[in-house]
Amino acid sequence: MVSMTELSKIHNSPESAARLKKRRAAEWRLKAYGILAIVLAGAALITLMWSVVSKASGAFTESYISLPVYLEADEIDPDNTGDPTIIGRANYGGLSKDALKAAFPFVKSRGDKREMYDIISGGAAFELRELAMTTPSVVGQTLDFRFLASDIADLYLKGSYGELIEQNAGGNLTVESSGKTAVVNSSAADFAFVMARLKEDLRGKAAFNRDQAALQENGRAVFVERGDLVEAAKREAERDRLIALAIELEARAAQDGGTEVLDKSSPSVLVRMGETWVKLTAVSATGGEGDVIGTLRNVKLATGDWQVYSQDLPEASRKVSDLQIVLIENLRSAGVVETVFNTRFFTAGDSREPELAGIWGAAVGSFWTMLVTILLAFPIGVMAAVYLEEFAKKNLMNTFIEVNINNLAAVPSIVYGLLGLAVFLGFFGVPRSAPLAGGIVLAVMTLPTIIIASRAAMAAVPPSIRDAALGIGASKLQTAFHHVLPLSMPGILTGTIIGMARALGETAPLIMIGMVAFIVDVPTGITDSATVLPVQIYRWSDFPERAFEARTSAAILVLLVFLVLMNGLAVFLRKRFERRW
Amino acid sequence: MLALTALLIVGLAIGFFILSRAKAISASQGVLANLHSRPSYHGTYVMLWAMIVGLALLLALALGWNAYLHAKFIADIRAVLPDARDIQINLVLSDAMAIAAGQVSSKIDPLREATAVSFARADAVRIWATVAISLGGAFIAGVVGMRNISADWRARNRSERIIRGILWASAAVAVLTTLGIVLSLIFETFNFFASIGWRVDKFLFGTRWSPLSGVHDGQMDMDKVGAVPLFAGTLMITGIAMLVAVPIGLFAAIYLSDFASPKVRAWAKPMLEVLAGIPTVVYGFFAAITVAPFIRNTGEALGLSVASESALAAGIVMGIMIIPFISSLSDDVINAVPQSLRDGSYGLGATKAETIRQVVLPAALPGIVSAVLLGVSRAIGETMIVVMAAGQGANLTANPLEAVTTVTVQIVMLITGDTEASTAAGPAFTLAFTLFCITLALNILALRFVRKYREKYD
Repeated sequence: MVSMTELSKIHNSPESAARLKKRRAAEWRLKAYGILAIVLAGAALITLMWSVVSKASGAFTESYISLPVYLEADEIDPDNTGDPTIIGRANYGGLSKDALKAAFPFVKSRGDKREMYDIISGGAAFELRELAMTTPSVVGQTLDFRFLASDIADLYLKGSYGELIEQNAGGNLTVESSGKTAVVNSSAADFAFVMARLKEDLRGKAAFNRDQAALQENGRAVFVERGDLVEAAKREAERDRLIALAIELEARAAQDGGTEVLDKSSPSVLVRMGETWVKLTAVSATGGEGDVIGTLRNVKLATGDWQVYSQDLPEASRKVSDLQIVLIENLRSAGVVETVFNTRFFTAGDSREPELAGIWGAAVGSFWTMLVTILLAFPIGVMAAVYLEEFAKKNLMNTFIEVNINNLAAVPSIVYGLLGLAVFLGFFGVPRSAPLAGGIVLAVMTLPTIIIASRAAMAAVPPSIRDAALGIGASKLQTAFHHVLPLSMPGILTGTIIGMARALGETAPLIMIGMVAFIVDVPTGITDSATVLPVQIYRWSDFPERAFEARTSAAILVLLVFLVLMNGLAVFLRKRFERRW
Repeated sequence: MLALTALLIVGLAIGFFILSRAKAISASQGVLANLHSRPSYHGTYVMLWAMIVGLALLLALALGWNAYLHAKFIADIRAVLPDARDIQINLVLSDAMAIAAGQVSSKIDPLREATAVSFARADAVRIWATVAISLGGAFIAGVVGMRNISADWRARNRSERIIRGILWASAAVAVLTTLGIVLSLIFETFNFFASIGWRVDKFLFGTRWSPLSGVHDGQMDMDKVGAVPLFAGTLMITGIAMLVAVPIGLFAAIYLSDFASPKVRAWAKPMLEVLAGIPTVVYGFFAAITVAPFIRNTGEALGLSVASESALAAGIVMGIMIIPFISSLSDDVINAVPQSLRDGSYGLGATKAETIRQVVLPAALPGIVSAVLLGVSRAIGETMIVVMAAGQGANLTANPLEAVTTVTVQIVMLITGDTEASTAAGPAFTLAFTLFCITLALNILALRFVRKYREKYD
C-alpha cells in the first residue's frame, strides 16, 4: 500500500505542478480554438453582410436633372389633334437632346455632344413621351422636365468616381484666351500640388523602365549563352533605349519647375471661373495651358473669383469624362440636380440600362414560381409523409422508397435542373423559362426536405394519441388525418417554410431551364417567360456596368429580407405552437 | 380550355359529393346509425371516383392525342417535302400552328396555310373531344358510383382504400424522380459515349477538355473530352473548402457543446444558422466581388501572380458556406454522446479538454466523419459559387492561385452556351451523371460509416 505521505509528495511535487500547468494550458488552448472558430465564422458573416450592405446603398437613390424642354407643337402634333398615338410618334430623344443643347450652347464638336447627351438616361425620353401622351395640354409649352440622370452621372454625383477636390488658389489669375484654348497664369504657385504628383509619376515610370531594362538584360544574357548574337544585340539595343528613357525621366523628375503635360492617364486639373472652366493640358507650378469649356475672354481675376480643382482618378480609368464632370458641376451649382429615393428600383422590370433596371419583374417571377412549388410540393410531400410514417409496412418496396427520399435530399441542385430540362421541358413540353417549369423543378427538389421534416414532426406525436383514437374505433386513416396530422402541423409548416426559403434562394436549376433570359415584362401568369430574384442577381453580377454592382447588392438585400421574414415565420411557428410531449 | 375542363371535373365531383351524401342520408331512412358508413364517406367515395376517372382521361387524352397529332402532321409534311431536314419540317409545323392560332409565322406559303387549316380542324376536334370524353367519363363514373349507395354499402373502407392508394402514389413520386433523373442522365450519357466510340477511358482519364471544338457529323473528337482537369479543379476547390470548413466547424461545435455558456450558445448557434440560410448566389457574389480581389491584391503585394478567378477565393467562400453544415451535424453527434461518459471521465480526474479529446471525440467520430463526407458531397455539387468566382477554362494545375474550372461550371457553360442544345447536352449530362454517382456514393458511404461504427448507448 502506498502511504499518504508518498501520495501527497507526488501531488505536491514541482513536476506535478508543471504537469498540471501543461494540462490546464491544453484545456485553455482547446477553448481558445473554439472561440477563434466562432469568431472567424462571425467575421465571415459580418464581412459578407457588410460588403453587400455597403455596396447596396447606391441603388436606393437616383438622380434627376431638371431642364427646360420646349415641346414644339409643329413637331409633335401639327394638327393639334390631342391624339396620344400621334403625339407618341414624335422624336422625344431629339427633344431631350435639344434641351441639353440649349443648356450648354458652347458644346460644339460631335464627340463632346455625345458625351453631353450621355449625362441623361436613354429612358428619360420615354418618360417625356409618356408625359406628353397622358397630358396632351403640355404640347406647345416649355416645361421644366425632370430628366433621369444616366448611370455614369448618377455614380459621379454619388462620389463613386472620386471627389473633385478644391485646391488652395491664393494668387491673382491672368487669362489669355484664344476661344478654344487658354493660357492661365497665377501670381502664386497655385499649381505646385499637381507638379509634386506628376514628378512622383515620372519617377514611377522611370523605375518601370529600369525593371524592363533588367528583363531585357536577362534575355540578352540567355541569347549570348545560346550563341544567338543577333537576338542578343536586339536585346542590348532595347535595354540601352529603356535605360536612356529612364535617365531622361529621372532628370525631369529631379528638375525644379518646368512644364509637364497632363494626359488621360494623369490626374485632371480644372480651373473654374464661374460657369466657364479650363481643363489644363499642360501645367507648371504657377499656371498652365488648357482647353476652354464654356466661353472665355482675356481677363484678370482676383483671388476668390476663381478656383482650382483636381480629380485624382485619371480620366482613362473612369467612365465619366472631364467635360461631363464640368457639365454636371455646372448643373449642380445651378441647383437643378436632385437625388431622391429610388422607387423605380422596386417597381420596374429588368433593363440593360442600370438606371432603369428594377427588381419587380424578378420578384413577381419568384412569386409565381413559389406558388407553383408550394401547390405541388406541400400536398404531395405531406401525403407521402403520412403514408411512410403511418401506413408503410417494413417491406422491400417501402424501404426502397425511403432510401430514395434520403438520397434525393443530397442530390446536387444542378442535377434537378437537368432533370427539368430533359423530362419536363423536353418530354412533357412545359414552356421554357416559365414559372411553371421552375416551380415544378423546385417542387421536386424541395419534396425530400418537406417529407423528412413532416415525418419527423409526425414521429414526435406520441403513440398514446394513436392508441386512444384507434381504441374508440377510428380507422387508421381517420387516426392519421384527424389526430396525428393536425398535431404535427406546426412542425410540418416549419419544415415546409424552411424548404421554401431554400427554394426561393435557389439559382442553378433555374439557370438550366432557361430562366436566365433577358425579360423586361413583368410576368402575368405561370406560363409567361420570367426570371426570379436569385437569377436576376446572378445576371446583374455579370454585367460590366459599374452601377449594376450596387443594384446587385440591393437585390441581394431584398432577397435576404424575404428569407429573414420566412425564417422568422418558421421560428415563430415553432415557438408558438410546438408541443413537447 | 383544358385547365377549365379540369376545374369543371373538380366541380362535377363536388356536386356528386353533395348528391351522394344526400342519397345516403335518405337511404338511412332517418336513422343514421342504419348506415354502414357515415354519409360523408359515401360522398367522398363517389367524388373520388368521378375525379380520378375524369382527370386521368383528361391527362391521357391531352398528352397522347397531342403527341399523335404532331407525329401525324410531321409525317404529312414529310410526304410533301421528302428531302427536308427534321428542323425544317418542325419549322413548317410550328409556323402552321402559329397561323392556326392567328399569330405571326416566319413565312407564309400554300403548304403552311393548308397545314394550318387541317391542323386547326384536327386540333379543334381534339380539344372538344377531350373535353367531352373526360367530362363524360367523370359523369359516368359518378353515376355508377351513386348507384351503389345503400345502407350496407362499405363506402368508408372503399374510399379509405383509394385514399391510401393516393398516399402511396405520393410517396412513389420520390421513386419516379430518381428514375427520371437516372434515365434522363443515362440516356444522354450513352449518346455521348456512342459519339466518342465508347472510349469511356478517354473521358475518365484524358487531360484535354474542349468537347465542343471538334464536333462534326455528330461525332466528337475523343481526344478533347478528357475530364481530368475538371475533376482536378473540383477536387482542389473542394479540398480548400474543407480545409476552411472542417477545423472551424469542428472547433465551433466542440466549443458550443462543451464549453459555451447558454448565453453564448443562444447567439452563436443562430449566427451559424444564418450562415447556412444565405443563398449560394450571394456567396458567389461575395466571392467574386470581395474575396477574389482581396486575395489578388494581397498576393500581388507579396509579389505573387494571382488569377482574378483563383481557386483559392472560390474555395474559401465555399468553405464558409459549409461551416454551418459541419458544425451543426457535429454538434448533434457530440451532444448525443451520453453525459455519463463525460462524468466517468471527470471522475477519473481528467480535465475537460482531455475528456473531449479522449472520450467524447472517439465516441462521436463516426458521426463527424459522416458529416465531413456529406460536406464534401455538398462542395462537389455546389454550383453558383464556382460559376461566379472560379474559372471557365479547363486548366490542369496544382497551384491554388490559378484559375481552375469545375464539373458544375462546365455543365452550366455547356447548357447556357450558344451551341446547339443536342450537341451540348451529351457532355453536360455525362458530367452531371458523374456528379450524381459521386455524390450518391459519398452519401451511401457516410450512411454506412455511421451504421457500422456507431456506438449504441441506450
